[in-house]
Amino acid sequence: MTETAAWTRVGAIDDIPILGSRVVATPTEDIAIFRTAGDRIFALYDRCPHKQGKLSQGIVHGTAVTCPLHNWVIGLDDGLAKDPDEGCVDTVPVRLEGRDIFLAVKP
Amino acid sequence: MNMIAKIPARRRLILIGNGMAGVRALEEILTRAPDVFDITVFGAEPHGNYNRIMLSPVLAGEKTFSDIVTHDRDWYETNAIELIAGEAAATIDRDAKTVTGANGTVRPYDALILATGSNPVIIPFPGHDLPGVIAFRDIGDVDTMLAASRTGTHAVVIGGGLLGLEAANGLARNGMDTTVLHLMPTLMERQLDPVSAGLLKKDLGHRGMTVLTEANTKAIHGAGKVETVELADGTMLKADLVVMAVGIRPNTALAKSAGLDIGRGVKVDDFMRTSDPAIYAVGECVEHNGAVFGLVAPLFDMAKILADHVTNTAETPYIPAVTGTRLKVTGIDMFSAGDFTGDDTTDDVIFRDAARGVHKHLTIRDNKLIGAVLYGEAADSGWYFDLIRRGADISDIRDMLVFGPGVAGGGDSGVESLPDTAEICGCNGVSKGRILTAIAELKLTSVDEVRARTKASASCGSCTCNVEKLLQFALGDGYDATPKIKAMCKCTAHGHDAVRAAIVERRLKSIPAVMRALDWVSPDGCASCRPALNFYLLCAWPGEYADDARSRFVNERMHANIQKDGTYSVVPRMWGGVTSAKELRAIADVVDKYDIPTVKVTGGQRIDLLGVRKEQLPHVWRDLNAAGMVSGHAYGKALRTVKTCVGSEWCRFGTQDSTAMGVALEKMTWGSWTPHKTKMAVSGCPRNCAEATIKDFGVIATESGWDLHAGGNGGITVRVTDLLAKVSTEEEVLEYAAAFMQLYREEARYLERTAPWIERVGVAYVRDRLSDAGGRRLLRDRFLESQRLAQSDPWAERAEGAESHEFRSLATVE
Repeated sequence: MTETAAWTRVGAIDDIPILGSRVVATPTEDIAIFRTAGDRIFALYDRCPHKQGKLSQGIVHGTAVTCPLHNWVIGLDDGLAKDPDEGCVDTVPVRLEGRDIFLAVKP
Repeated sequence: MNMIAKIPARRRLILIGNGMAGVRALEEILTRAPDVFDITVFGAEPHGNYNRIMLSPVLAGEKTFSDIVTHDRDWYETNAIELIAGEAAATIDRDAKTVTGANGTVRPYDALILATGSNPVIIPFPGHDLPGVIAFRDIGDVDTMLAASRTGTHAVVIGGGLLGLEAANGLARNGMDTTVLHLMPTLMERQLDPVSAGLLKKDLGHRGMTVLTEANTKAIHGAGKVETVELADGTMLKADLVVMAVGIRPNTALAKSAGLDIGRGVKVDDFMRTSDPAIYAVGECVEHNGAVFGLVAPLFDMAKILADHVTNTAETPYIPAVTGTRLKVTGIDMFSAGDFTGDDTTDDVIFRDAARGVHKHLTIRDNKLIGAVLYGEAADSGWYFDLIRRGADISDIRDMLVFGPGVAGGGDSGVESLPDTAEICGCNGVSKGRILTAIAELKLTSVDEVRARTKASASCGSCTCNVEKLLQFALGDGYDATPKIKAMCKCTAHGHDAVRAAIVERRLKSIPAVMRALDWVSPDGCASCRPALNFYLLCAWPGEYADDARSRFVNERMHANIQKDGTYSVVPRMWGGVTSAKELRAIADVVDKYDIPTVKVTGGQRIDLLGVRKEQLPHVWRDLNAAGMVSGHAYGKALRTVKTCVGSEWCRFGTQDSTAMGVALEKMTWGSWTPHKTKMAVSGCPRNCAEATIKDFGVIATESGWDLHAGGNGGITVRVTDLLAKVSTEEEVLEYAAAFMQLYREEARYLERTAPWIERVGVAYVRDRLSDAGGRRLLRDRFLESQRLAQSDPWAERAEGAESHEFRSLATVE
């Protein structure tokens, strides 16, 4: 039986710098929430598929983030590594209600 | 079955002497008859062939040895030439037709070419054989001079001709106190009239050289090595190095022992044949009609005549052409050709503008130009040289002749107005017509291509701008003079330099403004261009541009080094590597309090605390601040560390207080952002315990002051520093250091360390920018102004709560 993820408010969009990222801690691992230049919000597990680098510490551009460890570029919308690298990190459902950010974390 | 027997037998050709003239002869032979000869080359030097004319720029630091290699080993292999490098030919057996090398290698020949070149003349003054007395002839001599300039301070060059002055310039550029001794009353008396020689003497003086004319060397003194040079008038000159550049003498030893006819050189006929018809000679070893040769152009002409004859292509007799001379000293513009001495049958036309340092001296006989000396302004040299070589009648333009082709040539100026027969490249004898034909027929579009196909500008390079003008002339708008620029990243077509220039010229003051103005193709750049733009803006607009944290690499945003597990390392600043019990105690307390797993001493004389968690950082910093320690910037493209030795305060060898010097340098430079990380070191004596010669900026104390070095690197590609200057006071060290930092900040590309930057722009350029006192102080002032705004401790700000979102989670979900 699959448990449904519950939507939890984790903060406001203004808590994250434009082209920046903040981390939401969970009992298992950190989730990185990203804010783009156009105020879109994305969430990925905070580990690069390459060497588990903290994506939350990378430079955000367009809808991608460059990992600080070895410059892999990961798509924020799909968690896929861009060419020529191959790999994928799980995305986490996230939505914006007004200025509030809600995250669907599995309990 | 013997396959080889079916191939028609090739003739066996041996070249003795792997230098410019001999190898050029091989090239000319291969062009005419690629499959006729099996070729073997004996060369005494252990290299392929290199361009000996360019040794002066190598010495002056304007080129590297690899830049001047013209034929590497691949070339010999590709052309199936056997190169016996490092083995001089020892004997020739003309009856058996064999050559035997010094190590016993024997090769047979059908045709033999002697290109044994010349030997420098060493005048046997007392002491001429002391270590430290050398000639200026090959790359080995250049290495000796460069080594001497690192350990010694005084050089004496005997001989004020072309070679001697180029050697002196190179030594002066390497920081040596250089004196030129010339026996005659004026310098370069065979190429310059007394007036231009006087201007030259003055110009060399401005470049830090002392020139003594009518200086009669009496003896060289020293115990075990050269120490002083004594002149006939009793003057004693200090010398760590003596370069004798008083002339060359054809090297005829081998020819003589083989029984060939010898005069001053190996005697040859009009087809370059010696007294044995199977043996040719070419180059500086040759005597033709009583004349010997020292410039490259006639040698290359001889190579063509020889190739024509040995391949049975043509029988053109060699007729020596008028030669032109230039001095390869950057910034000194001179040209001399033909006969300017004059007699009853000649007239002189002289133009002089003393304030501009320009002097032109034309010699005319029977309405023909027979000689020209141009000093201070030699742009029209090609036009005058062509008039001399053609023996053109100048009666119609005589009144305007001295003003050059712009006036006398009917309004046209420059190479466009030259006839097709005009020689563009004097070294290689390439005419304008040949270059234009090559451009058209081979569809050449760049100077490099023209150089590769025609040899024009391939030797001394001084005609490069004329070759470029011919390309423009031939291709019109089709010629793209801009070198192919590498784009900053895939977000833009612009290169780093163009972007920097636009930031300043168009007064762009934010990253979005740059991206809009320069048509970035991505909305907010990428992780490659954004940090570069952030630095360029910070450097261009200190105090005005607001640093963009989102365009900083994580380490510079967090002011700590991210580690592979996502924790950080913290390195507090220790000025000049000096610490105290109080600081060490505070560090120990921090380690205990925050349970920091690893403490490590770094290569830059600092203490590294490894494994600090992100949320601990502001607390760790607050505690370190409380003990007086600030950020060590071990994480930044910034001034990292100034490493020092203990210096004269404690060391029995120390000559200056290197520790205090290092602390002063670090106090001045800390907190500055640079294109890449920047490391300094100060050593208290030439033993150099602080390893200053592999640092971006290195200072080494001497008895008399400080040697300033730059561009060293100890990373993947180790590079030893170049000497920038020798100074005597602490103030000068700081002034040069600040100016160097600012020049690097303003002109290097982002992520370019000082070593590749200096390799790219040339150490001569950096020296020039820093040796000009006015320019140096302006750079220094800009650096200090930028520092006034940059020197605030980022740790203290964050310990007080700045940027707190960087160190805390947004939320915790249970």
